[in-house]
Amino acid sequence: MTTDPNHVDKVSGQTTTGHEWDGIRELNTPLPRWWLWLFYLCIAFAFVYWIFYPAWPLASSFTPGILGHTNRAAVLADVAAGQAARAQAAAGLEKASITEIAGDPKLLELALAQGKAAFGDNCTPCHGSGGQGQKGYPNLTAGRWLWGGTLDQIQTTITHGIRAPGDPDTHTSAMPAFGKDGILKPEEIRQVANYVRTIDGLEPEQGVDVAAGKKIFADNCVACHGEDGKGNLDMGSANLTTKVWLYGNDINDLVYTITNARNSTMPAWGKRLDPETIKSLAVYVHSLGGGN
Amino acid sequence: MTIGAEEVYDDGPLYEAAKKVYPQRIWGTYRRLKWIVLWVALGVYYVVPFIRWNRGPSLPDQAVLIDIAHSRFYFFFIQIWPQEVYYFTGLLILAALILFLSNALYGRVWCGYACPQTVWTDLYFWVERAIEGDRRDRMKLDAMPWTAEKIMKRVAKHAVWLLIALATGGAAMLYFVDAPTLMRQFFTLEAPAIAYIWAGILTLTTYSLAGHLREQVCLYMCPWPRIQAALTDNEALNVTYRVDRGEPRMSVKEAQRVRAHHQPAGDCVDCLQCVAVCPTGVDIRNGPQLGCINCGLCIDACDAVMTKIKRPIRLIAFDNDENRERRMRGEANAFHPVRPRTIMYAALIALTGGIMLYVLATRSNSHLSVLHVRAPLFTETAEGGVRNGYTLRFSNKLADPQDFTLEVSGVPGISVSSVVAKPVADGRLGVRLDPDSTLEVPVYVTTAPDVNLKAQSTPITFTAVDPKTGERNVVVDHFFGP
Repeated sequence: MTTDPNHVDKVSGQTTTGHEWDGIRELNTPLPRWWLWLFYLCIAFAFVYWIFYPAWPLASSFTPGILGHTNRAAVLADVAAGQAARAQAAAGLEKASITEIAGDPKLLELALAQGKAAFGDNCTPCHGSGGQGQKGYPNLTAGRWLWGGTLDQIQTTITHGIRAPGDPDTHTSAMPAFGKDGILKPEEIRQVANYVRTIDGLEPEQGVDVAAGKKIFADNCVACHGEDGKGNLDMGSANLTTKVWLYGNDINDLVYTITNARNSTMPAWGKRLDPETIKSLAVYVHSLGGGN
Repeated sequence: MTIGAEEVYDDGPLYEAAKKVYPQRIWGTYRRLKWIVLWVALGVYYVVPFIRWNRGPSLPDQAVLIDIAHSRFYFFFIQIWPQEVYYFTGLLILAALILFLSNALYGRVWCGYACPQTVWTDLYFWVERAIEGDRRDRMKLDAMPWTAEKIMKRVAKHAVWLLIALATGGAAMLYFVDAPTLMRQFFTLEAPAIAYIWAGILTLTTYSLAGHLREQVCLYMCPWPRIQAALTDNEALNVTYRVDRGEPRMSVKEAQRVRAHHQPAGDCVDCLQCVAVCPTGVDIRNGPQLGCINCGLCIDACDAVMTKIKRPIRLIAFDNDENRERRMRGEANAFHPVRPRTIMYAALIALTGGIMLYVLATRSNSHLSVLHVRAPLFTETAEGGVRNGYTLRFSNKLADPQDFTLEVSGVPGISVSSVVAKPVADGRLGVRLDPDSTLEVPVYVTTAPDVNLKAQSTPITFTAVDPKTGERNVVVDHFFGP
């Protein structure tokens, strides 16, 4: 900076830098020395930082710094520390049975929190973020269960899955594809589908012989779905008398279901998740409003 | 653009070296006041962490504690949770308004007396004077070559400064954990590393700010002098050189001679005592300025000189330009502490303080928040009813367990269920909370199959009552249907 020693500002008594705008001259107000030294110190700090920490980008890499620090390693260390901190609480879940967990306020609080996280990680793609389900994927909040809605039943279903390949204890039920396999003719399927609508209190189509449908139902369906159509939890046959339908209660949906059968699957989570997580998940799913 | 020869000037230094200030010892009214404020402030700082306050077995018994690990702030009978930090906002507003009011009355007295930078710098000056001697001795010592005596004095001074800094930085830690425990751990080297790190950082800042940067903090770092300059007015009392009485300056003898000839002579004898005692090294006779912290030590210095030369004291005084005008008109000095500005500040202080007191007095020991479950917004159940989910969070700010009964009303024909809360009576649920805790309670509200909801959204009321205290928390939300 150049200063003009010949020009002294009359008001402040300071010299000026020589810069002038419309007759106003910039006063020469130098920085305090300690400030300048702090500035130099910061520059020196940058050099030290470059030596110790990742800093300069190179063509395909970067200068790693002699400490070998990476953010990813730091995060992983934090995650490990978090897991270690939770280990003690998780041990409580490991020891207790699922009914003990539901009865103990502390374990319950932990299981609900852990179950919510695990549900978000593993279950939401099919069952929705709040367990509300979607067409073909059961709604867990409505109180309609294919394989039972008690804590134990939910735990079993999550552990072994439904029609899960490779799990001998998995829930298995196979509704025949009445149309595809030629058991019923399309017209008969339409009749029985309309009858099923009537037992759920829905209007049948005009001009369809519902009485014939009732006969077909008695001959082909009661073995699994029961005479009253209420299904059977032990064999996973659907209750046909509720307002909640997994594949829809529209006539076309019903015809499609009877013609082709659905028989969808759920993975056996026992192979993927540890027992505490499955217990937590069962407690959480049970808490969603539909639990028995 | 080319630079003409006449535009190339002498290159001065890039910086301005701080001119070292050697404040001289002084006795007097304002010095005494400054000592009192200093010892009271330091006393409060060191004693407060050791005051105990019984809150029951599950809570800390330290009267003032910022418990970061458990996210609580304790202040005697008050316990602040993180969601109540607005109390601090209120305190900060109050502090700012009090600062403005003090400024409207007596200028920068905060700077001169109570600011930590002033308190610790003053303490460091005291140590410096005790070891190295007064102004003249210190100047001599600085100019002296490095003899054994100089080295000894310097080592002693910096050692005591560092000890004070350590005591300052260490004591700050006492506000964050149990003070007696930390005291013991600190000296047996069992304290957590973070305590040593912070104590170290604060030791370093205290040592450099109070020992080395001193008035540079006021001149370059602190925003308050700048703000203050914009807030002050003609009526505020600031440390002022009474220029009407002091000028023209001349020696005592000269003044006697001039007065003998019935010519006007100023009282200022240009002894520079006001400059010698100034902790920021300003010359108050140049008028109000950024460096003046309104401590009044120059008043004490000038009074001593005026007494000696048998002239009236308070040539420098807490005064303002209005009074100078009055004196020149032959009127008496006047001070108007009550004026629109101060009335407004006082009213705002009373308002803020009143609101804070009201909020504090009516603050409840429990809280209920309700969050409607959004996915799904509602469920049509297998039985044909409609179900809505709510996530309730109860808070118990007491040191004892608290029981609540939860009643849900507003929608006809509902049943309420929850895996966390257990049914008590008449469809109500019971929730028990541990001392000083919160609890998340999922609650499902289901209508009977025969209920026809008249609208897609019906108001629903959650009422949580503590039967022991009768405290009620009422939250209104919505019940959604098809």
